[in-house]
Amino acid sequence: MTNRILFMLMLIGGLTAPLFAYPVFVMDLLCFALFACAFNLLLGYAGLLSFGHAAFFGGAAYITGYVTKEWGFSPLLGILAGTGFTLVLGGIFGFLAIRRQGIYFAMVTLALAQIVYFLALQMPFTGGENGLQGIPRGELFGFIDLNHSLTMYYFVFTIFLIGFGIIYRTIHSPFGEVLQAIRENESRALSLGYDVERFKLLAFVISATLAGLAGATKAIVFQFAALTNAHWQTSGEVILMTLVGGLGTVFGPVVGAITVGALSHELSAFGSWVQVILGTIFVVCVMVFRRGIVGEVLRLVNRKKD
Amino acid sequence: MSIQVILAQALLGLNVGVFYAMLSLGLAVIFGLLNIINFAHGAMYMLGAFIALIGYSFLEKWLGVSIQIGFWASLVIVPLLVGLLGVLIERFLLRRLYELDHIYGLLLTFGITLILQGLFSNYFNVSGTPYPGQPESLSGVVNLGFMYFPTYRLFAIVVSLIVCFATWFFIEHTKLGSRLRAGVENPDLTQAFGLNVPLMVTLTFAFGAGLAGLAGVLAAPIYSVSPLMGADLIIVVFAVVVIGGMGSIMGAILSGLALGLIEGLTKVFYPPAASTVIFFLMVLVLLFRPAGLFGKEK
Repeated sequence: MTNRILFMLMLIGGLTAPLFAYPVFVMDLLCFALFACAFNLLLGYAGLLSFGHAAFFGGAAYITGYVTKEWGFSPLLGILAGTGFTLVLGGIFGFLAIRRQGIYFAMVTLALAQIVYFLALQMPFTGGENGLQGIPRGELFGFIDLNHSLTMYYFVFTIFLIGFGIIYRTIHSPFGEVLQAIRENESRALSLGYDVERFKLLAFVISATLAGLAGATKAIVFQFAALTNAHWQTSGEVILMTLVGGLGTVFGPVVGAITVGALSHELSAFGSWVQVILGTIFVVCVMVFRRGIVGEVLRLVNRKKD
Repeated sequence: MSIQVILAQALLGLNVGVFYAMLSLGLAVIFGLLNIINFAHGAMYMLGAFIALIGYSFLEKWLGVSIQIGFWASLVIVPLLVGLLGVLIERFLLRRLYELDHIYGLLLTFGITLILQGLFSNYFNVSGTPYPGQPESLSGVVNLGFMYFPTYRLFAIVVSLIVCFATWFFIEHTKLGSRLRAGVENPDLTQAFGLNVPLMVTLTFAFGAGLAGLAGVLAAPIYSVSPLMGADLIIVVFAVVVIGGMGSIMGAILSGLALGLIEGLTKVFYPPAASTVIFFLMVLVLLFRPAGLFGKEK
């Protein structure tokens, strides 16, 4: 019930957002919201902390940018190419990372993501520190011009809804239940006969692919694949968004992405102080606010019911 | 390619390797007792370098009194200061998280990293400030027979090696060290025997932090001091730790040294791969020996 109300609110909010906010800014938030939802699937529901999700977000952006710019792919095909790339990359990273558990898992993903970062910095087609610029927005299905910002906005919102729907279905499927069982007690899930490694790997691949979808979309929106998107700080940012909004809640990452995104936007005039403030929020969240915004709200709602 | 070039790069690699060793040693010691990976370890290394730099070049300007903390004094004072910060972090923040999933410790220290890095980025150039305080007695080069090598770098290598092996000896072969190992093995039982385990935990964290601070001071005259110097390093050190495994102190030291050496040699044979070679080695280790070279999975 609560989920249905929240979903309607999100839908109405998303549909009307361009009326009262700058569309490009909202599109940025939507990309990060999808990114955070994908990340939350892994940490919030499978209990796996990936510190390397920027590799998927940033990596997909480069691939999408390259195929649309150099090979003349349509925007939809370009996004699919970028997303497909992270599907494969997620498979490789996941295969390697699930060999280690807990804290090691985080370190392995971080180190693997650093390979992608250095490749993005050094390879000839990526534009080095300047990033890949001049990506065309193109036309959807050959006749819908995405250079118009409202058209682009509803295109992005549709992608967001599709990604969000996939994650919602995954969480509320038998597969999602098993993931949560693994999160709660891995040995018990194993002894019940579940192939724990395969579940973890599949969760990792889904999460990586949708993170890639978000990154690929962002590249089309901004017509730019930035090196910072592949940097470890972006991996940290998506963790923060998920944490602020509410780990392991369906809508938490969306709320978190909007909160952190809006905050960084408002504070952008303060330069490096933004980092100090984000770091402080990180510490505060970990110390006293581990349920996050949505988590706290749900707790209050449930308490009233009792 | 001459043998001199290769030897020179190997020594320079060893120079990087001792920093890897000191940092991964600190991480391993902390992980052993606290089960926490300290993401802020890189930031503490950066902090160590900055305290040395500030003490030498800026304190006089900021305070308006004639005071300058030289290199030798920094070598002692800085690890203590960084260690003190470690005490504060452990007592007031980390201690409250021990009951929870270990990833919260990682997230907390990540937040601390952002704070420290952001603070220094406000006041100092991101591209780096040179540390001018290298003592006169350590300038110049020494003749090693087969090549000339900067005296200071040799000094840094020797000091780091001494510190690393002293730490190993202390933990593996002294009475106090054996208590520490008992705390790692079984904290509750150790506490029941009347040893103050919480104090041990605090001091261990402080020691690890101090080690990072010391590495920072030693690095300051070699690399330019920058707010980002720690972050870039710590991710490599994480890979070193994954490769070596955190099961043994000696494992952390040896893998740090070896990987620094390999990175140095990669600079000779295939420079573009120098920044990623350690990560690729990590992939190989994960494929063929997932628990790490010296590791026992915890």
